[in-house]
Amino acid sequence: MKQYVHDTMVVFRRAMTIALRNPVWIFVSIFQPILYLTLFGPLLERVAQVPGFPPGDAWLVFVPGLLVQLGIFGASFVGFGIVAEWREGVIERMMATPARRTALITGRVLRDVVMITAQGLILIGAGFLFGLRVSALEIVATLGIIALLAAAFSYLSYAAGLMLKSEDALAPLINMFALPILLLSGILLPMALAPRWLQIFSDFNPIKHVVDATRAIFRGEIMSYDVMLGSGLALLIVFLAAFVGNLAIKNQSE
Amino acid sequence: MARSEKQNMIRTRGLKRTFKARGRAREKDVEAVKGVDLDVFQGEIVGFLGPNGAGKSTTLKMLCTLLEPSGGTATIVGTDLSKNPDEVKRHIGYISQSGSTSSAARAGDELIWHGELHGLSRTEARKKGKSLLKALDLEGVWEQTCGTLSGGQRRRLDIVMGLIHEPELVFMDEPTTGLDPQARTNLWGHIGRLRDELGTTVFLTTHYMDEADALCDRVFIIDHGEIVGEGSPKELKKAVSGDTIRLTMRNGADTRAAMELGSSLGTATPVQVGNVVTIQVPEGASALPEIISALNKKNIEAIGIEMAQPTLNDVFLSLTGRSLRD
Repeated sequence: MKQYVHDTMVVFRRAMTIALRNPVWIFVSIFQPILYLTLFGPLLERVAQVPGFPPGDAWLVFVPGLLVQLGIFGASFVGFGIVAEWREGVIERMMATPARRTALITGRVLRDVVMITAQGLILIGAGFLFGLRVSALEIVATLGIIALLAAAFSYLSYAAGLMLKSEDALAPLINMFALPILLLSGILLPMALAPRWLQIFSDFNPIKHVVDATRAIFRGEIMSYDVMLGSGLALLIVFLAAFVGNLAIKNQSE
Repeated sequence: MARSEKQNMIRTRGLKRTFKARGRAREKDVEAVKGVDLDVFQGEIVGFLGPNGAGKSTTLKMLCTLLEPSGGTATIVGTDLSKNPDEVKRHIGYISQSGSTSSAARAGDELIWHGELHGLSRTEARKKGKSLLKALDLEGVWEQTCGTLSGGQRRRLDIVMGLIHEPELVFMDEPTTGLDPQARTNLWGHIGRLRDELGTTVFLTTHYMDEADALCDRVFIIDHGEIVGEGSPKELKKAVSGDTIRLTMRNGADTRAAMELGSSLGTATPVQVGNVVTIQVPEGASALPEIISALNKKNIEAIGIEMAQPTLNDVFLSLTGRSLRD
């Protein structure tokens, strides 16, 4: 266990240092959420007046959706990084050390979680400029759920990267999964606006319930059923994804 | 036998690797390595010579714990590979064909992190890394981003990475592939010093005959997943007795005639690759006029005649019937 933590932290520090040395990455991370807020948010203020729009003002509905999107999309593409590192021989070099195999992937996931949580914080901060008001507790609870989502999708993306080892195969695979998840989760527009059949479809998408949970938190209903269900599902997804991710790196020598 | 007194660093018996085909079609399984017996002793530089796809890298990866063998046994630095791969990893260094460092990371950082993954403290890793960089003429790259290094520098950095935990045995997969001739010769010097000064045993794969010739004490020749020859480069070349005469013919009929002639004159079966016929003769200087006049009698003219001392390529040719250059 002690070695596992040590190895994970070494891999985490390495991934973090390399990411922070890349100025483009930092720039994109900060400005992407702000672009969403300024270019898409105003549109939503109008839509929010349509009957059937869930309770709370436009920002209380929109910002949680954006946060979930950040958690999923921010993490889904990290697999490209591991394909590049595979090609440079970094992964194989690390696998030939006595370091725990699963630490090699968990350390990288940890980096992604920290990066995405920081981005989420920037996004909420920017939301305040547009009139969003939520308490510190609500922010922490929401970012907790976003961190779980980021961890899950990061594990899955690394697993896919390690199995495919090709950017050309990875891109369509990610899009194939991410797009339906996005459309069926009510991230951008609430599913309450959807026709009945689409609502039933979306009920089978766990991410929809995670989005509902974050919106409930933003409305101040932290102790509600929605939040229990959403965060419980998020936790479940993390366990499954961690299992898949760790399996992918363990299977590299078979 | 001085050799038997020395510690056996690699010992494999019947080491095998089969890559399973997708689905249930067992006949499509690829036997990449078909039962390899190797013995490598302390302080040796041993080369694994063979064409691309012969099973060199697959064997190397099995010995480095990166690939599970499908059969057979291997003992690395006295530890059973299948029973205790973690212990094996502590004693070996692996320098992969595809590199070891991220182009976005600083060389010094990569060395420290890599040392830490081997269980060294940051201070130990820094000290060890700096002295190794100095030994491989890489002073001053500590602060540099790996992507800005030249091909030769980056390759030497890979070697430094592989040596950070002072392994007794180092595996190098195609160490000089992609380097310019000067950087190659330079790297050979460094690999030689590694053994001479640190006593490190080196096991490397290569498809360059000159590399095996210049660097290795002993060579295993592998083809289609099987060891087809073993010995020092000198011994191997001696076994291909005499000189080599290489005739380049104009067309298929002439080539056939030259093959017939080779069969009657040569000491071994002549080998044909395209329109080039390679004949082994006890003494080239006397055999050459004989061959030319014999061809003249049949009204055949060779477009090229070459006489050479045997090279490792001739060894490979006589063992497999194919040229390593193909």
